Amino acid sequence: MNLVRIKEKAIHFFFFTTGISAVIILLGIFLMLLIRGVQTFKDVPFFDFLLGIAWNPSAYGEPSYGILSMVVSTVMVTLGAIIIAVPLGIGTAGYIAEIASPKKRETLKPVIEILAGIPSVVMGFIGIVLVGPVIAKIFGLTSGLNALNGSILLAVMSLPTIISVSEDAIRAVPKDYNEASYALGASRWTTLIRVTLPACLSGIVASVMLGIGRAIGETMTVLMVTGNTPAMPHSFFDSVKTMTATIAIELGEVPYGTTHYYALFAVGAILFLTSFGVNLVAELVTVKHRRGRA
Amino acid sequence: MDKIVTKALSLFYGEKRILKEIDLKIPQNNITAIIGPSGCGKSSLLRCMNRLNDLIPESRIEGQILFDGKDLYAENTDVVEIRRRIGMVFQRPNPFPKSVYDNIAYGLRINGIKNKKKLSEIVEKSLKDSGLWEEVKHQLNTSAMELSGGQQQRLCIARALAIEPEVILMDEPCSALDPAGTFKIEELMIKLKQQYTIIIVTHNMQQAARVSDFTGFLYLGQLIEFGHTNQIFTIPEHKLTENYITGRFG
Ligand SMILES: Nc1ncnc2c1ncn2[C@@H]1O[C@H](COP(=O)(O)OP(=O)(O)O)[C@@H](O)[C@H]1O
Ligand SMILES: [Mg+2]
Repeated sequence: MNLVRIKEKAIHFFFFTTGISAVIILLGIFLMLLIRGVQTFKDVPFFDFLLGIAWNPSAYGEPSYGILSMVVSTVMVTLGAIIIAVPLGIGTAGYIAEIASPKKRETLKPVIEILAGIPSVVMGFIGIVLVGPVIAKIFGLTSGLNALNGSILLAVMSLPTIISVSEDAIRAVPKDYNEASYALGASRWTTLIRVTLPACLSGIVASVMLGIGRAIGETMTVLMVTGNTPAMPHSFFDSVKTMTATIAIELGEVPYGTTHYYALFAVGAILFLTSFGVNLVAELVTVKHRRGRA
Repeated sequence: MDKIVTKALSLFYGEKRILKEIDLKIPQNNITAIIGPSGCGKSSLLRCMNRLNDLIPESRIEGQILFDGKDLYAENTDVVEIRRRIGMVFQRPNPFPKSVYDNIAYGLRINGIKNKKKLSEIVEKSLKDSGLWEEVKHQLNTSAMELSGGQQQRLCIARALAIEPEVILMDEPCSALDPAGTFKIEELMIKLKQQYTIIIVTHNMQQAARVSDFTGFLYLGQLIEFGHTNQIFTIPEHKLTENYITGRFG
């Protein structure tokens, strides 16, 4: 009797600790970023850091630590990726869920899953040898390593997430709605766009947020294909250096304990907060979505 | 006059034969009831008539369905037009998760009506025709999901009426409703038959007896008997029909 209770308590304790440790790890990471990051502001005024355009920590005499250019670069590359990936992803999901024949669906789904498994280095490689030259050729540029290239590759990388999560959402829409629409003389595409998608809008939004979450944090591909010029970009054809690329490139070489070192942690903290925020919103929307169904 | 005629109609889902050589004549401006035990193919028969079975990839028909004398399954048939002219009300009320107004306007909008005034007029008329207007006229913009089951079903009827079909197919429209809701729909059907040809599938025999002019008894995919409702319910020709309507099986 007593033994059973002890056992139960132990099991309970085990699951509780594993559950709580994920939260602790997450908090730990954030605290580490924060504690080191804030030390930047001993030397650099907060607003100079946040709104300064020039990032030049190794300049002799007067280094500058403005992150605005890299924030704009990140936003630009991400936004570009969203603009490309959202219509493509939702369209594909709709096609797979509602329009494709079972046979086409069976071929498309594994292909998309394989897409999700491509290592980011390989994507970067494709960006350099394929997408870059194509962009340079089409737009008559000397180099195709720019924001647009990054957007295209990030779009491709976030597509599998957007497609599979959207497809699940579309499938969860009761068939009754679609039949009612067909019975009124609507075509498949009309039904998809005007009935099915609005009925699962929150699921679609969640899929996009998860896709973006992935795009914001992606480093290797972006670092390889965007050219890494630390300046304020003026168009998608400019070479840009994103927040992730800055951290990845510079953290390995920066002397421990310098302002530059801490500034990189501050950048990391901002990045962490952003992608945490996006994922949180996605999660909230999904929960609301599930409640709406129940 | 016969609005819809089926000639040796058979329906297959893959290898499985669901309907067997059905010959049926649906008279215009009447209510025709299709009765029969669950799984005998009533819904399937109804869904042949607006070609909703086209959505099931492995379905296939043999024989013919004539709609106003024209082959419904001919090469050059415009399925969209067919579904516009032959409306349907489903077993479970299935309004869209949109407002009351948009539920009815949907069918109009996809058929190209954009004029706001015209939309509002038709919405109002359809709701009046379905007897729902008085109950919802102040909540046209609330979600249809907030209506009661019976109201939802009448909304679905209004939605079907809005695009002015000639035929209305009803697949057990009252099976999810309480007696009061059922009564309202039956009343409505009798009113609507002046203008529309109605086919109702039901496994409620009292309902068939109450509302219909003609009745067909379907059993295991075969049309056992078809005739005037009075006759079917008083002096059925077939033993099977008699057993079914007297409740000996079903
Ligand atoms: N999509 C489908 N695929 C295969 N078989 C089906 C499908 N829909 C219905 N059936 C079968 O067709 C038969 C008739 O079904 P149905 O027309 O729904 O009957 P009823 O409406 O009279 O209850 C049943 O045996 C059912 O299992
Ligand atoms: Mg049925």
